[in-house]
Formats: sequence, structure tokens, C-alpha cells
Amino acid sequence: MNPPDPTDTESGRVVAEPLPGPPVVRTDPSGKTRVRLGDRIFGGLARSSGIAVIALIVAIGVFLLWRAIPALTRNQENFFTFGGNWVTTDTAAMHFGVAELFQVTVFVSLFALVLAMPVALGIAIFLTQYAPKRLAGPLASVIDLLAAVPSIIYGVWGLYVLAPAIRPFALWLNDNLGWFFLFATGNASVAGGGTVFTAGIVLAVMILPIITAVAREVFVQTPHGQIEAALALGATRWEVVRTTVLPFGMSGYISGAMLGLGRALGETIALLIILRGTQRAFGWSLFDGGYTFASKIASAASEFNDQYKAGAYIAAGLVLFVLTFAVNSLARAAVSGKGRS
Amino acid sequence: MNLSKVGRALLVTASAAALAVTLAGCGSDDNSGSGGFVAGGDADCQGAAGLTAEGSTAQQNAIGIFNKVWGQACPGKNLSYNPTGSGAGITQFVSGNVDFAGSDSPMDAEQAAGAAKRCDNNPAWHLPLVFGPVALAYQLPGVEQLAVSPQTLAGIFTGAITRWNDPALVALNPDQELPDTPITPVYRSDSSGTTDNFQKYLAAAAPQDWTKGAGKEFQGGAGEGAQKSAGIVQAVQVTPGAIGYVEKGFADQAGLSVAAIDSGGGPVALTGESAKTAIAGATFVGAGNDLVLDLDALYAGTAPGAYPLMLVTYNIVCSRGYSPELAAAVRSFLTVAADHGQAGLDTIGYVALPESIKTRLVAAARAIQ
Repeated sequence: MNPPDPTDTESGRVVAEPLPGPPVVRTDPSGKTRVRLGDRIFGGLARSSGIAVIALIVAIGVFLLWRAIPALTRNQENFFTFGGNWVTTDTAAMHFGVAELFQVTVFVSLFALVLAMPVALGIAIFLTQYAPKRLAGPLASVIDLLAAVPSIIYGVWGLYVLAPAIRPFALWLNDNLGWFFLFATGNASVAGGGTVFTAGIVLAVMILPIITAVAREVFVQTPHGQIEAALALGATRWEVVRTTVLPFGMSGYISGAMLGLGRALGETIALLIILRGTQRAFGWSLFDGGYTFASKIASAASEFNDQYKAGAYIAAGLVLFVLTFAVNSLARAAVSGKGRS
Repeated sequence: MNLSKVGRALLVTASAAALAVTLAGCGSDDNSGSGGFVAGGDADCQGAAGLTAEGSTAQQNAIGIFNKVWGQACPGKNLSYNPTGSGAGITQFVSGNVDFAGSDSPMDAEQAAGAAKRCDNNPAWHLPLVFGPVALAYQLPGVEQLAVSPQTLAGIFTGAITRWNDPALVALNPDQELPDTPITPVYRSDSSGTTDNFQKYLAAAAPQDWTKGAGKEFQGGAGEGAQKSAGIVQAVQVTPGAIGYVEKGFADQAGLSVAAIDSGGGPVALTGESAKTAIAGATFVGAGNDLVLDLDALYAGTAPGAYPLMLVTYNIVCSRGYSPELAAAVRSFLTVAADHGQAGLDTIGYVALPESIKTRLVAAARAIQ
């Protein structure tokens, strides 16, 4: 007769509690007492701040639309499916479209996210669970410092320092794994380094601090009771992380990643410096070049001498605006969905 | 520091004035063709002290030299040049905000009409003061000298020629061992006068092979784009098998290998001399003092020893319609620039004017009223 194995019945598993929502305490419990002047002023300020943000977003959207429509009516191509070279010199018959910008933007941002997310998770877990207290503080500041480096510095560093350094690896990938579409020879030269490969790595470094900071803040709030309970049941460090910290902090980690994705989608100067312009179509290879929405607009911004020409680029900006909006909404939905389950 | 500068300027002005009085006493103010440089000596320094101009970034450094030399020859004179781009320069000139404009291309009819109105219904003149040769920088380990023809160049930048050991290139370089590596053409991805002139050159010199037209945006259909001249230099430096077009000054500074152009009479390397030879053979579109160059003829030219690929930038001035003070200052600046100002140009990647153009320029400058 065998003694019952605790793992069979899962008696040892610590079931993660769902994150308790903040207790809602209404600040005007009765609603009948005379509202004092200070309350009224403060309430008014808070309300108008909230309204101002919404008004600002709506105003930006309306402005983009208002400037984009005249240019769109003069476009000779399908705005959503045309991916070739933009020709905006003859403003009566312009050729522009966002298909390729969209693909490059999404591709480079996702690549950066795929690189940054595991690293950020590791850093956050290390800082909150493994690192000695004396080390955790300074290390966290160092990570945050990454966010303070201007993006032009990242761009120059990426093209002049990082690209030559990773060239042997990039060439090796292209030579040996070139049959796989991600490593196929693209429309920019692998040796030159002005590719999505280089840009994605730089972008990953740039979004790392945001994801790490958010994940760290959430992980550190894991209820001590849960951690201690897990330890009491004989869980190892890793098991504690797996059974308490991760389930508790997953939604925070995901929303941090989405914040990072938002930054990656809108990153401009670093990508403008690194990514090479291209003449051939984008093919979903890491060794392609191209423009993202933001870098395309930045590259032409000095030539905006005509409202229709500028309008073409503003139309692209409008698509980026909608894309970022959609990503943020999705992230919000994902996070709240996680919280309920 | 400022005080001492002013003091020195005053001193020099005083001595220059004394000299000018002496010269005037001799009744001679003709100094055409004199290449020597004597501070305050043979320059015509009348008119207003300050001039303003705006436009092409390509001539910015040359204007810097002209301004320095003008200040030396005519103490107290200063030109403030705002390098905002050719289009902006012409707009500012037409609306009367600046005294003259710098532009990479001649004005179109509409702009010319506006300029004429600005000049009290007198035509504006194009004076080709600054020539910037465009280098074909390449990165090909082991190949010290490379020659290309306009046709092969068009082939490379349209994607018709993709490998360095293409028969067309081998035929042009019989003494070189060209490797079997892919060619990476590098173009300017921002809109640029250099791209415009490069494409105009190909359209004029290799009309069969280049049918993509011209314009400030590259239309070739092959290669990868880099931002600004510095970006081209960087891309060519790090990419084996790359070839790109960039102003001579940038290529020289970076120590890049530069290809020679074979227009049919043998390869011509890019030097100050070969560029000067090409300019000397240039012809003007019209007669008179509006010195618009016949670029097609310059680009398609096959004269021996001439390097034809270059950026021509104009200074656009009023023929008449300035106030007397201003007209004298514009005359003074242009004559000094065309004459004394040419000395330092070679070292910063421009071409010193050949005598034939200089004579025409000085004559035109003197005719401004």
C-alpha cells in the first residue's frame, strides 16, 4: 500500500488567487451633504483633465483626417494596397499607399517585441525574486536609464557599432538558414546592416526598460502570503515564481509588453537612420530594409512645401494612429480578460 | 574678442579706403581677369555692407569660402546665407525677403515670372558660380581602379547589371580582376539635388539604358537607399560590392575609392582638372547674361579628359531692380567670388571655375544694376 502522492492529487499546488481589484470607496458617500467649494474645484479640475485628454485625442484624429482627405482624393493608387515608391512631386496625380509601410512597421515591431519580452521577464523576475536587495535597487535604475538615452543615439549606435559587430552572425544566418523566409536574402544587403534584423535588435533594447519597469512593479506586489505558503509547501525558488509570481503578474507583464509595442510602432529617428530605403518589394525577411510609417514621414518632413504632398504623409500618419489605437485597445481587452478568469 | 575684431576691421577699412582713393585717383577700376589677391586692393567694394541669400545646401560650403574672401577683400562686408534648399531659396527670393537665391536647378517659367516681378519687371539671371562634381564611390576589395561607362552605370542602378564580373564591366576594365560578387547600388533615400543631377546625367548620357526620368527622388528600381551624403559614405564603406554617388568632398574625406567614367574616349578619373575640363567645354542655353548651362550637352559630352558627372548650382540674381546700394554690393560679392573666391574650392570638393566661364560670370555680374 503506497502512501498517497501529493502531486497526484495536486494537493501541493498553490492556486493563484485572482488579483483583487482595488476597493471602490466613493468619495461622496451620501451625496446629500452640502458640497464644499474645495471639493467642487477639485472635482472640476479632475473632470476637465479627463475630458481634455479625450478632446485632445479626438482633435488629433480630426486634424489628421481633415488634412489627409484632400490628398487621398488625388491619389492614383489604392491607398491600402499600393506598396511601391511614393511619387508625390506632381500633386495633381500622386502615387502613394501604405501596404509596405504597414508590413515593415508591424514586422520590425513584432521582431523587437519577441526579442525584448523574454529578456524583460527574466530581468523583472531576477530583480524582484533573486537579486539581493542591495543590488536590486541600483540595477533597476540602470535598466531605467536605458529609457533615458535619446533615440538618435540608439540609431547611430545601431548603424555604426552594432551592425558591424553582428555582421558575421547575420551573414551566417543568411548563408545557412537562407531557405527559411525570415533569413532569406532581402532587398537590403546583409553585410551593409541597414536591415530589419539590426533595427529590431536596437528597438528591442529601446523597449526593454518599459516592459521591465511595468513587470517589476507588478511582480513586487505578489502577496507575501502566497509566496510564503508556496515556500511552506516545499516549493523551490523557481516553483514559487511559477506558481505565484507569474500568474499574479502576467496581466501586468502583458500590458507592459503592449506599452513597449506602442513605443516600437511609433519609433522614428533610430529606424530612419538604420533602415535602408528600398526599391524592391518587402518580403518578410529580417534582411529586408524599408520604411516604417514614422520613419517615412520623418524622411520627407523637410520637403513639406505643399499641403497635398504633406497630406499624403499625414494620411500615413492617420493609419499609424489607428494602428496604435487598435493595439492599445487589444492590450486593454487582453489584460482585463486575464483579470476576470 | 568682438571688440578687437571690430577694431581690426575698422583699421583695415580705413587703409582700404585710402587705397581705394589712390586707385580712383589713377582712374582705373578695371580688374577683370586679374587672378591675384591683394586684400582690399583690386576688389570693387562699393555698396551696402550686408547681403542676404538663401537656398541650395549644395553650395553652402562654397558660399562660406566666398564670404570669407569677400570679407577679406572688402572689410566689413558680410553675406548671410541660409541653406534651406533650392525651392525655399527661390520662394524667398521671389517674395523679396532675400537679395539673391542659390539653386541646384534653373527656375521654371512660373518662378521666372515671379522673379521678374520681384526685380521691378526685369528678368532674373542664373549665374553658375558653384560646380560640385559627383563621385562614384565604390567598395570592392582588391580593385584599385574601376571604370564605368554611362551605359553600365545606368544598368547598375536599374538592376540590369547585378554582378561585378558582368561582361560589360569586364570589357571596360581589361586590366582588373573583377570578382563574382553582387553589386549593391546605394542611392540617396532623401530627396536631393545630387540624385536629380545623377538621374539627369544618366538620361542624357545613356538615354537607351536609363528611361526612368529625373527628379529629386531616385527612380532607378534597384539598390538600397541611405540618408544624406554621410549615409551614402557609411553604406559604401561597410558594404562589400557597393557603389554609390556622393559629392566629391564627402568621398575624398572618407578616403573611398572613386570610379572613373569612360564616356567613349577612355576612362577619366575624377580630379579637379578633369571636372574643370568638362565645365570649360560647357555651352549656354541662351545668349546674353542669363547663364543657364546646357546640361544635356555637358552630360552627354565625350570630350577627352572631361569628367561630366557634376552638380551645377546657380545663383539667381536680379538683372536690374536693386537699389543702387544693393546692386553695388551684389556686384562686389559676385566678382570677388568668381575671381578671388576660387582658390580654396578644390580642397573642399568643388571645382574652380575655368577662365572661359569666369569671364562670362564677371561680365554678367558687372552688368547688374
